[in-house]
Amino acid sequence: MTTTAPTRPVDTAPPVRRGAASRMAALGRAELTLLLRSRAALITALLVPAVTTFSMRGVVDGLDLDGTGLSIATVLLPGSLGLALIFSVYTNLVGVYVTRRESLVLKRLRTGEVRDWEIFAGGALPALLLAYVQCALLIIGLTVVLDAPAPAAPHLMVLGLLIGGAMLVAAGALTAAVTRTAESAQLTFLPFWLLSMAGSGMFVPREVLPGVVGDISAWLPFSPVMDLLRGGWTGDLGAADQGRALLLALAWTGLAALGVRRWFRWGPRG
Amino acid sequence: MNPVIETVGLKRSYRDFDAVKGIDFTVARGELFALLGTNGAGKTSTLELLEGQATPTGGSVRVLGHDPFRERSAVRHRIGVMLQEGGFPPELTVLETVRMWAGCTSGARPADEALDMTNLSDRRAVRVKQLSGGERRRLDLSLALLGRPEVLFLDEPTTGLDAQSRRDTWELIRELKLQGTTVLLTTHYLEEAEQLADRLAIMHQGLIATTGRVADVVAERPARISFRLPQDRLLGELPPLPAMGVTRHETVGGTVRLETRDLQRTATELLTWAHRTGVTLHGLDARSASLEEAFMEIAKGLDHEETR
Repeated sequence: MTTTAPTRPVDTAPPVRRGAASRMAALGRAELTLLLRSRAALITALLVPAVTTFSMRGVVDGLDLDGTGLSIATVLLPGSLGLALIFSVYTNLVGVYVTRRESLVLKRLRTGEVRDWEIFAGGALPALLLAYVQCALLIIGLTVVLDAPAPAAPHLMVLGLLIGGAMLVAAGALTAAVTRTAESAQLTFLPFWLLSMAGSGMFVPREVLPGVVGDISAWLPFSPVMDLLRGGWTGDLGAADQGRALLLALAWTGLAALGVRRWFRWGPRG
Repeated sequence: MNPVIETVGLKRSYRDFDAVKGIDFTVARGELFALLGTNGAGKTSTLELLEGQATPTGGSVRVLGHDPFRERSAVRHRIGVMLQEGGFPPELTVLETVRMWAGCTSGARPADEALDMTNLSDRRAVRVKQLSGGERRRLDLSLALLGRPEVLFLDEPTTGLDAQSRRDTWELIRELKLQGTTVLLTTHYLEEAEQLADRLAIMHQGLIATTGRVADVVAERPARISFRLPQDRLLGELPPLPAMGVTRHETVGGTVRLETRDLQRTATELLTWAHRTGVTLHGLDARSASLEEAFMEIAKGLDHEETR
């Protein structure tokens, strides 16, 4: 053991306090390193949205879109972004939070200066980065392949991507709260994913769903995100609908955050 | 001066049992205080309250003058914590782990310095999953020391270490203490407490059974002498026991056990008698009271009370 520097020299000013940004950057950097070392998670997150989008093309081709004001491009493009968000952020983070909890990393982190929400947010940074890079690539790729028009209201698309990202971080943490082991994380993401795929108008527009199912599906958590993303391309989402979508998305995000606060356990045995 | 750590009537209950049943103690600046106890005595539960991991069910706790749970932002950057069981992502290297922690710590030491302190410098590029249990403990200690804490909470810091690493860690803790760090540690190695602690408390079933300076806790206990007499000799042939300073005696299976508060006097009288009468005392053993004996007796005594 080497002799160490004094605990805190009396004649110097107290050290600069680290802020939330510095802490989240440090956590994000560590998680990014881990993500790049975890091939399976990376490949799933990268391949599934692109492959699914192309395989959904046949389904969308067969839909009767007359009277919905939609085209193949305005269905497929937002759908692929929604799917990329769900896979890179939601599915990925459920596994990340559960694994870190089970290996006692979260418990150890909570003894330090990091605040609880910074642990979630910092840990989510690489997943969000991955999702947004992927969205950019999908937008470029699909625009070329489908010969799609540029987004009519790009700010709505950006808003959808941002609030969608936030909602999925909260949803990922909430799902992790009810997931016991890393193995079960392979399954517990399914309900939200299937519900969003089928009911939130990801590839099958809610307009073509039958009556009451369509009415209910409008209130699903991911529906307002899809409305904003699609509105970004069609440009026909009115101010009232924009406000409704935004409020609904924020309400679900807030609910998920409350659930996390209430139910998330930081160690394997509670 | 105000104590650095102060608890009053501290209690912690889980759904179906009381882990900590009302304990009071204070730790002064620069002091090393050890919490001893058997498994399940309530040491870790107490420590978690001091670290601000949980809020007490009753009583109060102050660390550096603040409530460590409610006023965590006033406390956290001044303390260092090593959990009994803390984890690090297995796929990060040692250096990456220290960097991550440094980014979360105010006034962090350089990573190399922190690793030097626990002799982990040559393991910096190794992934955490490849470290031995003892190396992982030392990494944990490096992180606890990263922010040059004023108060250090160590939950069984040397469990799982080999003898050399344990001694190195003791040396490091002494060094930190010399520099003015206040240390609260739990251990079930009594030697560790004897080596390091200024004061200690022995916990048993959620209560503090005894507390004080190591020497005082030990001094409350008698010294012991044991030996076997030749078959043709009887205990009654010895000089009167009270006159030798013996406070208690028993004979178990031919072995005589004496307790005394004055080991030198009793031993001298005994050996003088044996010399004079030509008696050989087989298996002669004389020992001062130790913390271990104090500990065992307290645990035994309380169990006895409990069952009554």
